Amino acid sequence: MSIDKTSTPPEDHVVENPEAAAGAATVVDPRLLVREQGFAGYITEFKRKIKAGDLGSIPVVIGLVIIWIIFQSLNSNFLSANNLSDISVAMVGTGMIAVGIVFVLLLGEIDLSVGSVSGVAGASFAVLNVNHGMSEWLAFVLAILTGTVAGAIHGFVFAKIGVPAFAVTLAGLLFWNGFMLQILGSNGTINLNSDGMVAKLTTYYFSDVAASYGLAIAVTALFFLSSYFGNKRREAAGVPSRPVSETILRTVLLAIVAFAVAIVYNQYKGLPLAVVIFVGVLLVTDFILRRTPYGRKIFALGGSVEASRRAGINVEMVRISVFAISGTFAAVGGLFIASKIASANQGAGGGDLLMNAIAAAVIGGTSLFGGRGRTWNALLGVLVIVSIQYGLALQGIASPVQYMITGGVLLATVVIDAITRKTQKTAGRA
Amino acid sequence: MVHVSATPVLALRGVSKRFGAVQALTDVELEVHAGEVVALVGDNGAGKSTLVKTIAGVHPIDEGVIEWDGKAVSINRPHDAQNLGIATVYQDLALCDNIDVVGNLYLGREVRKYGVLDEVEMERRSRELLDQLSIRIPSVRIPIASLSGGQRQTVAIARSMLGEPKLVILDEPTAALGVEQTAQVLDLVERLRERGHAVILISHNMADVKAVADKVAVLRLGRNNGVFEVKSTSQEEIISAITGATDNAVTRRAARTSGEIKK
Repeated sequence: MSIDKTSTPPEDHVVENPEAAAGAATVVDPRLLVREQGFAGYITEFKRKIKAGDLGSIPVVIGLVIIWIIFQSLNSNFLSANNLSDISVAMVGTGMIAVGIVFVLLLGEIDLSVGSVSGVAGASFAVLNVNHGMSEWLAFVLAILTGTVAGAIHGFVFAKIGVPAFAVTLAGLLFWNGFMLQILGSNGTINLNSDGMVAKLTTYYFSDVAASYGLAIAVTALFFLSSYFGNKRREAAGVPSRPVSETILRTVLLAIVAFAVAIVYNQYKGLPLAVVIFVGVLLVTDFILRRTPYGRKIFALGGSVEASRRAGINVEMVRISVFAISGTFAAVGGLFIASKIASANQGAGGGDLLMNAIAAAVIGGTSLFGGRGRTWNALLGVLVIVSIQYGLALQGIASPVQYMITGGVLLATVVIDAITRKTQKTAGRA
Repeated sequence: MVHVSATPVLALRGVSKRFGAVQALTDVELEVHAGEVVALVGDNGAGKSTLVKTIAGVHPIDEGVIEWDGKAVSINRPHDAQNLGIATVYQDLALCDNIDVVGNLYLGREVRKYGVLDEVEMERRSRELLDQLSIRIPSVRIPIASLSGGQRQTVAIARSMLGEPKLVILDEPTAALGVEQTAQVLDLVERLRERGHAVILISHNMADVKAVADKVAVLRLGRNNGVFEVKSTSQEEIISAITGATDNAVTRRAARTSGEIKK
C-alpha cells in the first residue's frame, strides 16, 4: 500500500474542497442517508429502520398488546379500570428497582444486590420510624441513603479494586440480606403506620378527575412544546429537523395513550400517587441519560471503556456513581414494596424480586451488552411482568406457572435482542 | 536536530520509561516545532507507541523532562496532555461504537448550555468541521459502528482537531486504509501542517513518511537512533537506522542477490 502523495491529482483536490465547503445540501453522495422532507420521508425512514433491525420498543409493545388480549379473552375483568389501576400501582416498586438496573446495564455490568438492598431500605425505615420513633421524613431519607451507601460500596470495590461487578454484588446480595434480618430482630415483621407517609405512597389517589386529565395535558403539552421548539432551533441552525407533521403525529399518539390512561384511572379511584412519582422519575432519569454530559459518559463507558478513559472521563467515578444510583433506586423501590404490604418483613427483597427487576429492564429493550437502552424500558418491561402476574392471578393459576411464563417471555426478548444485533451487524448498524 | 529558529512546541529530554523488568525507553530525545511533521519510525517493539503514550499522558515518564513551549511540564494524566494542547489519534481509534458521530467527536468536551448537552450546536459545528476537512460520512447521526474503517479514521482525526491542538499525534493513521482514503488522510496531515499544528506521525510506511514528513526520528530498542531531514535522506539510510546497522537483513539480501548475479 505504498501511496505516493503526488498520485492524487491536484486538480481534483482543489475542486473537491470548495464544493464540500459550500454545504452538504449541494453535494449529495448517493450513499448518504438523506432523509426526505415531509411525511413520506418519515415512512421511508421507518421502513429502513425496520429493515436494519432497529426495532426499538416495537417488539415489547406488540408483546404487551398480545398479553393483554389473551388475558382479556380469558377473563373480562382483566382490562377493567380496577385491575389496570392495581397493576400500575403494583408495578412501581419493581419498576423503580428496574430503573436502577437500566443504569447498571448501560455500563454493561450487573447488580445482583438490588433485591436485598431494597429489603434493607424497607427494614431501616420500619426500625427507625416504628421502633425508634424517628420522624417519618428523616427515616425515609435515611432509608434511601442506606441504599445509596450500599451501592456506592459495591461501586467502590468494583471500580477501585477491580473485582467483577457480578462477584461484588453477589456478595452484597448475601450481606445485605443478612443485615436486613439482623436489624429486623427476632420478631421478624414490623407493621407500618397505615396512615403514614410511606403507606400513602401506594394508597393515595388524586381522586379529583381534573388531576388525571391535567397530568395528561401537561405531559402532552410538554412533549409538543419541547419537540416543536427543539425543531425550530435545529432549523435555525441549519441542521436536519423533523417536519412539523411528524411532531404532530407523535404528539397525537402520546395524547391518545395519556388520555386513555387518565380515563381508566378516573373510572376507579383516580390518579395514583405512585404512578405520578414513577413517571416523574422516568422523565428525570431519561433526561439525565440523554441530555446531560453525565448521561453521555455512562453511554460512552458502555460503548468502550478505553475510549472513555482517553476522552478524559473519570471512569472510576462514573462507575461508583452508577452503582450508587442503582442502590438508591433499589431503596426507593423497597420503600414502595414495603408500602404495598404496609410492613417490613423477613421475606422482603427475596424471592423473584431481583430476577423480575433485571428481567423488566431487559424485556423493555435494554441491551445486556451495555451502551443501549432507556429508562422507559423499565416501564414497558415491568408492565409486561406485572400484567402476567395479575392475569394469571385472575385465572387462579399459582406462581410455578407464572415463573415459567415470565421465563419464556424473557427468553423470547433476549432472542429478539440477539437476532436484532445480528441483523444490525449485517446492515452495518450494530 | 539543532533548531535555532524557534523554541520547539514539544521537546523530550532524556526520557526513560520502564515497565517492571522491561526498559521500554532509554534517554529518548525528541523535538517538534510548529508547522512541522515529524515522522516517528522504528521496528516493532522499538518503543514508538510507548513514547506516544508518555506524551499523551497514558503512561507517566519515569525519568527525564518534557518541555512544552520551552517550559518543563509534567504530564501524568490524559487530561494534562489535553489541557496543554496535545491531541492523540490512536491506532485503535478509541471511538465508542454505540454513540453517533457527533457524540464521538465531542466526547469528553461536550458543548453545554445551562449544564445540558447542546446537541444542535454540536451537530452544526460537526458538520462544519467535517465539511472543512472534506470528510464524507453517511450521516452525523448514525452510530460509529455503521461506518467503514476509513470513515472511522477520518472521524477520529477530525475529533483530534476539535480542541485546536498545538500538537497532533497520529499513530499509524493509514495502516488499514485503502488507496483513496490513504491519500485523503495524507492530505489531511498536510492541512494540519499548513494550519500551523505540530504533527507527530507514526508510520511503518516509508512512502507515507517520504510524502508528508519534514523530519524522521528513528527509535531502536527504546533509544534514539538518529534524526534525519527527509529531503536529504534516502530510504535506505532510514531503513538501516531502523534495523540498527548498515549490515542488516535488507542490505544482506541486496548484496546476496547482486553477488549471485555476478557469478
